[in-house]
Amino acid sequence: MGWRGMLTYAPDEMMTVTAARSMRNGMTCFVGIGLPSEAANLARRTHAPQLVLIYESGTIGAKPDHVPLSIGDGVLAETADTVVSVPEIFNYWLQPGRIDVGFLGAAQLDRYGNINTTVIGPSYDRPAVRLPGAGGAPEIAAACKEVVVVLRQSRRTFADRLDFVTTVGFGSGAGSRQELGLTGGGPKLVITDLGLLRPDPVSGELVLAGIYPGVSVEQVRDRTSWDLAVSPDLGELAPPTAAELTELRQLLAGEPVAATAPIAGGTAI
Amino acid sequence: MAEIVTLADAIAATLHDGDTVAMEGFTHLIPHAAGHEVIRQHRRDLTLVRMTPDIIYDQLIGAGCARKLVFGWAGNPGVGSLHRFRDAVENGWPNALELEEHSHAGMANRFVAGAAGLPFAVLRGYRGTSLPSKTSGVAEITCPFTGETLTAVSALRPDVAVIHAQRADRRGNIQFWGISGVQKEAVLASARSVVTVEEIVDILPPQPGAVVLPSWTVGYVAPVPGGAHPSYALGYTERDNDFYKAWDEISRDRARFAAWLDEHVYGANADPARWAGAAC
Repeated sequence: MGWRGMLTYAPDEMMTVTAARSMRNGMTCFVGIGLPSEAANLARRTHAPQLVLIYESGTIGAKPDHVPLSIGDGVLAETADTVVSVPEIFNYWLQPGRIDVGFLGAAQLDRYGNINTTVIGPSYDRPAVRLPGAGGAPEIAAACKEVVVVLRQSRRTFADRLDFVTTVGFGSGAGSRQELGLTGGGPKLVITDLGLLRPDPVSGELVLAGIYPGVSVEQVRDRTSWDLAVSPDLGELAPPTAAELTELRQLLAGEPVAATAPIAGGTAI
Repeated sequence: MAEIVTLADAIAATLHDGDTVAMEGFTHLIPHAAGHEVIRQHRRDLTLVRMTPDIIYDQLIGAGCARKLVFGWAGNPGVGSLHRFRDAVENGWPNALELEEHSHAGMANRFVAGAAGLPFAVLRGYRGTSLPSKTSGVAEITCPFTGETLTAVSALRPDVAVIHAQRADRRGNIQFWGISGVQKEAVLASARSVVTVEEIVDILPPQPGAVVLPSWTVGYVAPVPGGAHPSYALGYTERDNDFYKAWDEISRDRARFAAWLDEHVYGANADPARWAGAAC
């Protein structure tokens, strides 16, 4: 913390705090590992103590006291309301649309919020970079009522054209999701280390809707490979509060939930 | 009835060059010691199947055991890339690796179809992605009742399933609990199976949420305490997160990886029992 209440924070911290703020208390949230898991756990420790965290390892209602390294850490099973098999988490819980929000990361994203986590050029058979692949993301993005994507923004990650479509956002634009039979609502927010984007309600194309303090529109457009649309209602997002930063730093340092923090379900862990 | 044997005998009796093998375990109960035994027995041309290949498949690929990988997500969870897997795909080292790539939901349902004795499973998935153009075993199907277009994925029927469980009784009945992944389906879908266990007990005490595979569904049971390390067995061992992080460096370099194999798989440090009872 800086002098006389001036907070200093990193762009990643602003990104995680913004992602956490997008979570509403009581939501059911399908959480990917990494930034999504950090943000969801921050939300649970701050304004959304009743957030229901669901990991694809089958742990439903997990209440970890630290950010797990993997989606299968023991703390997730030990603190969950229930633990189900992997076929069950996908078939009974995700596919029917029971889950409010899917929280995903991405290696590459295009203007319609489609995601690549499979290969980076020049060809599938001999890629320059082989990424891990699909995991749970395609079905999470297809079936959750809404999707939030968190990733650092650069010309490389905000790609004009994806080398591989691993996960569908709004496909090729208006009407795509309906044609493909995707039952969920698709990306609702994309949160980066510069600001926040929302899809155009008709075309699905991402529109810059908010920027962080000290970030300019030109900076965001410079770090985008396509001609980025900017909302006429573009606003500046509030910086992290002292409380948010303290919780986030404690969370990432592996410090357990403070005794006074509310815990979902009133369970002492 | 399952036979209770040593790990080396179980692998020797079950797993042959060219087999299709599913070593399952979703971040929990991963059969690492069994994977190391496969490397020690120099199995070749395996088709490795797994929803989430992580470190153990990285080791098998780097050691030259695999010809093909059938998978959903190949990474080091929470850490990053699998460098041996990447070296095989990007550079063909130590040999080229054929890929058959799916989503997790697709892989899970393929095991379900195999366990159910069906040729395929149905789900909502894959549509609009590049996956169907690059992989086999995915097709559109029309619902005969509603006309809706859905996705069919072909059944997985491995030659061998290998899993790790908390315990078995002396008759070879298997019990495991906690995050149970797709292990039950993998065993039921496969022609043969090996189950390593933390311990063998006289009777299986009731355990909330436990999966039991009756002895007659399992081929071989081998007691291997600590056999999931660096993964874990809930109630017996803890996940060794430091090792997952360290693997990033160990696996990045071919020579360092080879030295690691020499020491920890072929050599004197290969005994998984040193990881047993590391928790709880």
